[in-house]
Amino acid sequence: MTEPTSNAGATARELISFRIGAQEFCVDIMAVREIRGWTQATALPQSPAFVRGVINLRGAVLPIVDLGARLGFDSSEVTARHVIIVAQIGPQLVGLLVDAVSDILTVTDGVIQPTPDVASDTAKTFVRGLMAIDGRMISLIGLDHLLPEQHLEAA
Amino acid sequence: MDPMAAIRDTFFQECEEQLAELETGLLAMEAGDLDPELINGVFRAVHSIKGGAGAFNLEALVRFAHVFETALDELRAGRLAPRPEIIKLLLRATDVLADHVRAARDGAEADTEHSQAMIEELRTLGPEGADDGQAADEIDGLDFQPIALQPEPAVARSAWTVFFRPRADLYAKANESARLLRELASLGATLTTLDAAALPDLDALDAEATYLAWTIELATEADEATIRAVFEFVDGDCELEVTSAGADSPQAAPDLDIAALIAKAQSQAATPVDTAPAISEARRAPVAAPAPSSAPEQPAGPAAGGTIRVDLERVDRLIDLVGELVINQAMLSQRVMEAGLTRVSGVAMGLDELEQLTREIQDSVMAIRAQPVKSVFQRMPRLVREVAAQTGKAVRLVTEGETTEVDKTVIERLADPLTHMIRNAIDHGLESPARREAAGKAAEGVVRLAAAHRSGRVVIEVGDDGGGIDRVRVKQIAADRGLIAADAPLSDDEIDNLIFLPGFSTASEVSDISGRGVGMDVVRRSIQALGGRISIASRPGQGSTFTLSLPLTLAVLDGMVVSVEGQTLVAPITAIVETLQPKAQDVHALGGGAQVINIRETYVPLIDVGQALGYRRQPLAAGAGVALLIEGEGGARAALLVDAIQGQRQVVIKSLEANYRQVPGVAAATILGDGRVALILDLDTIVAVSRGDQRKAG
Repeated sequence: MTEPTSNAGATARELISFRIGAQEFCVDIMAVREIRGWTQATALPQSPAFVRGVINLRGAVLPIVDLGARLGFDSSEVTARHVIIVAQIGPQLVGLLVDAVSDILTVTDGVIQPTPDVASDTAKTFVRGLMAIDGRMISLIGLDHLLPEQHLEAA
Repeated sequence: MDPMAAIRDTFFQECEEQLAELETGLLAMEAGDLDPELINGVFRAVHSIKGGAGAFNLEALVRFAHVFETALDELRAGRLAPRPEIIKLLLRATDVLADHVRAARDGAEADTEHSQAMIEELRTLGPEGADDGQAADEIDGLDFQPIALQPEPAVARSAWTVFFRPRADLYAKANESARLLRELASLGATLTTLDAAALPDLDALDAEATYLAWTIELATEADEATIRAVFEFVDGDCELEVTSAGADSPQAAPDLDIAALIAKAQSQAATPVDTAPAISEARRAPVAAPAPSSAPEQPAGPAAGGTIRVDLERVDRLIDLVGELVINQAMLSQRVMEAGLTRVSGVAMGLDELEQLTREIQDSVMAIRAQPVKSVFQRMPRLVREVAAQTGKAVRLVTEGETTEVDKTVIERLADPLTHMIRNAIDHGLESPARREAAGKAAEGVVRLAAAHRSGRVVIEVGDDGGGIDRVRVKQIAADRGLIAADAPLSDDEIDNLIFLPGFSTASEVSDISGRGVGMDVVRRSIQALGGRISIASRPGQGSTFTLSLPLTLAVLDGMVVSVEGQTLVAPITAIVETLQPKAQDVHALGGGAQVINIRETYVPLIDVGQALGYRRQPLAAGAGVALLIEGEGGARAALLVDAIQGQRQVVIKSLEANYRQVPGVAAATILGDGRVALILDLDTIVAVSRGDQRKAG
């Protein structure tokens, strides 16, 4: 457990941190419903490359987003050691494919630094902030725009 | 939800049930069944609606129901013979009553003109002389009640003495003396005297009993019937005497020992408190409260069949869970088999039993959602009456198999297509009475609506004994509209099916009944959207019959499980006409990657499913794979090429949109026995996309 770096009086948030390649990221724990191992997904036609397909989550059809590919990293071969973070985005449940879950962090808002001004639109869209914990840089991911927009099929 | 709103909802739900019962009863009477219990049931239905409406202050509804009830009472008492024209009038009154109920439910204004006309007609059935003084006064009294509150010196008032002693039943049914007394006071000036003589001491007081009685001196211009109407809903639950005191001479207030009264009142304070629970209890079921007390010889309320109302969401949740159970059970069997455990004694047997149990649970749960088609069939007699009146045709509706059960959603979505088909059958199918007689048929045409279960599906037939499809004219119209070549050689069957083409309408002049821009193509599309098929059989001079074949439920689907490029996909079987193994010499390239296949001398587009869905770039080699010949919207045929067929299976339909979004070419998803998700193909879209018709795909 990481030692909470909290100021008295500030509200603390819990985040789940995970790894994709050499990078570390985190999402708000309130959005996370469960974490499960990788199972082979059924490919979806007419879908962007970062949508790995759909799996059966106890009877619900769960789309799997390859978070690395979504963030613009090279997508790697999926192995049995990969992990799916089941997250609630609005009314929908979405599975996020990541390499491994590493930690639960308790931080205050003061610890989170704003995303530095970079050219990448992807970074601006998904990265909500950065934090330095034990010398590691962890990016806070916002889940709002992860799924492809509905207007895709308007062609 | 606000408790009152919930009660209101329940009331209107029950109104629909009462209306259905009313109509069924009247129709049975029309068919010659004169069982007194039937007539009682009809009366009871109207009475219950009136009672409930009174509790909700729905005046227009109460007023109409009252006149209706009076007419039915004549019938029940045997003073009115159930002649066919009377039953027909009562059926039309049922329609007006239904309009009133719906208007009240939606907070809209009922069609007063129509309603008033019907009231006049019903009054002619009423008791001797009912169409003069008494009933009219009574109605006016109800109608103009607020005006009666204002003093009108011009009208002579007369004095009445009303003695009112409630019985325990009155309170048990959630009525309140105070309300009745207030109501009475609204009729005129009152002087109310409490008779508390029967009140025992507190220790002898029975909380459920009643001890009080009132004598009310009333000076009013209302007549006796109006006064009695105040107590209408407690009729039989109280002692009531209304006597005329003659001229307007209010008596002096009788002497009262005020001190004694106060003393008693204090000791009786328990009485009103104790009635409170009974009241709130009964308010939860307002319709049950005004029970048909005026007819104590009848059994109160409908016979207890032991039914409960359940929130649909709960049932759907249960169905979902059972779907999971079925999948899980299949997975378990597969795993056990893979592990080689089936040789262990008992395991295989246990698994078999589990499978059987799961299937039984699934069937039973599906049956909860199933409802008799009666609920939609019941709306049709009214439609037939209306369309018959508009077209001036004599029509008899014959229904069969009303108890056939289908999924609730299927039933709901059937109402529109059926309405349209029945309109068509009367408007286009049946000839005018004169032409029918000239053709040697009975002047009255018959429209037949029948439902039956056939091999795991429900089949609904809409038939008429009219002139049948005028094939020469249909072909001419289709040619005129450019739907077919003028000299196209078509079989009778093919001509009949032309009416399903978009943009086809046979009415030479557009009538406001069926020519509303909605053609049989829309009917066909809504049936297909339900996973059903529609076909027509017509014989000149003898009529036409449309046959709908529908799935019993929308939760499961009969699918052909196929594999394409390593993916397992499910094609809905309803759309598949046949499957065939294409021979290399039958497949021809049209250029631009398009292919056609020769099926019995007809060239049909051949679409590679793997290519259409983007699973592969190159189509399968000619002669490889299996083709599914499908018939899509508008009857257009296409052949879909897949790698192999795995088999036929019933699959549970899962939404893809719930957590993702719509995917072109995919209708939904399902979960197979191995626990993996398989996609259910949307064949029409695949065909449309391959035509390059992107708009249709969206």
